[in-house]
Amino acid sequence: MLYNRQKKIESVIKFSLFSVFLLIAVVTLFPLYYLTLASFRPTELLFRSGMELGLDLENMTLENYQYLFSGATRYSTWYRNSVVLTVAYTLVSLIICAMVGYGLAVYQFRGRNMIFALVLFVLMIPLEILMLPLYRLIIALGQINTFTGVILPYAAFPLGIFFFRQYALTLPSDYLDAGRIDGCTEYGLFFRIMGPLMAPAFGAMTILLARKEWNNFVWPLVVLRTNDRYTLPIGLASQIDPYGTGFQVLLPGAVLAILPIVVVFIFNQKYFISGLTVGGIKG
Amino acid sequence: MAEKSIGRRFSALFYSVKIAPYVFVLPFIITFLVFFLYPTLNTLFMSFHRIVGVGEWEFVGLENYRRLQNRHFFNALRTSSWYTFFTIAFLIPLPLLIAVLLNSKLLPARNVFRSILFIPSLVSVIVAGVAFRLLFGNTAAGFVNSVLIQMGREPVRWMLAEIPGMFIMVVLGTWRWAGVNMIYFLSGLQAIPRELYESADIDGASSLRKLTGITIPLLKPISIYVLTISIYGGFSMFTESFVYWNASMPADLGLTMVRYIYQQGLLRNDFGMGSAIGLALLAIVFVINIIQLTFFGLFRKE
Repeated sequence: MLYNRQKKIESVIKFSLFSVFLLIAVVTLFPLYYLTLASFRPTELLFRSGMELGLDLENMTLENYQYLFSGATRYSTWYRNSVVLTVAYTLVSLIICAMVGYGLAVYQFRGRNMIFALVLFVLMIPLEILMLPLYRLIIALGQINTFTGVILPYAAFPLGIFFFRQYALTLPSDYLDAGRIDGCTEYGLFFRIMGPLMAPAFGAMTILLARKEWNNFVWPLVVLRTNDRYTLPIGLASQIDPYGTGFQVLLPGAVLAILPIVVVFIFNQKYFISGLTVGGIKG
Repeated sequence: MAEKSIGRRFSALFYSVKIAPYVFVLPFIITFLVFFLYPTLNTLFMSFHRIVGVGEWEFVGLENYRRLQNRHFFNALRTSSWYTFFTIAFLIPLPLLIAVLLNSKLLPARNVFRSILFIPSLVSVIVAGVAFRLLFGNTAAGFVNSVLIQMGREPVRWMLAEIPGMFIMVVLGTWRWAGVNMIYFLSGLQAIPRELYESADIDGASSLRKLTGITIPLLKPISIYVLTISIYGGFSMFTESFVYWNASMPADLGLTMVRYIYQQGLLRNDFGMGSAIGLALLAIVFVINIIQLTFFGLFRKE
């Protein structure tokens, strides 16, 4: 009797929890649903549709998507720029962060603690305040309006260094000694033995860095000055105007900008989550 | 013979355990010196000077800081402060509650929900902002306005006044960040040893008692972490405002501290003033965080 009652209470709790979360999930996904729906609407209906949320198959059209690639804007150029910049930044930053994190974790050397403290210190400063001196520095280095200028200041990403250091600390040092006896150089140890052992850390950091750069806005906005160098967020932002005329580009453009990252997320969820948690938490 | 010893000495460099760590950390040291320390000193320098052109400047003492006492600076400071306050007011309790419920074994399909709640943080603020611009359209046919009219209320011109403007920035910021904070809290929850709950069960503690007695106190470190990064994030907000107003607006609508730096420095070439704003911002964030961390006892030795 008592057992049955307990079971009943449990299923009531289960059901109400599930309902609450279903509601939260609907609210969370709603803006993206509305965006996608609107991207298939003829623009003249856009501001008259209001609360129409159903799939109105009769009025659905691909004309916004056709317009996007019709040459009216440089959307395909922005897309290519975003891909190139994201890939380049991720590769450069991965190597640098892995090297520095590994160096800090594996070796005992003078200045180690100070360098690690500096990594944490940089992590704690909002880098937006350095926007102006960095802008002038990039001009002085002749890297304004280049991807190099976007990448360089942020390639040694403190959170990435911290993450790789934490991971490298867990690696067994027996491999190091074995490698040294076999005549491996210190760099060979890193590239051939320890690097491959850090594969899960590389997975998590690839996702974190690629997502960060794909969505990066403030610094690329400062560095990239001409339309043919814009990335997706900057190109799309350039189409925003107070009268709402840019929506024909903005809506399909936004949908296609979200698509790759959501697809990657669906297949690599654990890397997304672990990249966030191990790096951030000390408590 | 001599060649061989040079060769050996050269290869010894690759085997040296003394040199290797410095080679490994070199990229960080260079980045720190060139792209952090130098710009920091440079912005400090610029804040005391009037920058006329490349390599031309004029010492002006505290003039740039004195010029901060204008209504635009205080408007920007107010906007950034309220934005920080409101986002924290939502972005700590809400994700914490969601994480606690999500961690409960009683919730069916919890991994699916966790993934769905994380999706907004994958989307760039600009891209998400496009969706929110559409939802919060100024006209009566905008989605939210249609809902308001249905409920018998007046439509709101969201992007044209201060309070609705703040509202739509906070909504966008909360939507984007809630999932990330939820993941932080979830990982904090999973680090709590299960035995604590088991022994509380033996003592007959209620669910509420377990929440206030075990869960919340043990989540304190992670909560302080989330609060600290939220203060940084709130005060350095730029994009959430840019996506609604990409040009300067009357009455400084959407003008935040970082936008003010951007405006003075990059749009008006007033690098001295821009630097002064940046350093003032840094000081404000530092002071708030130190007060907050002291208040929550992070520096106290327990």
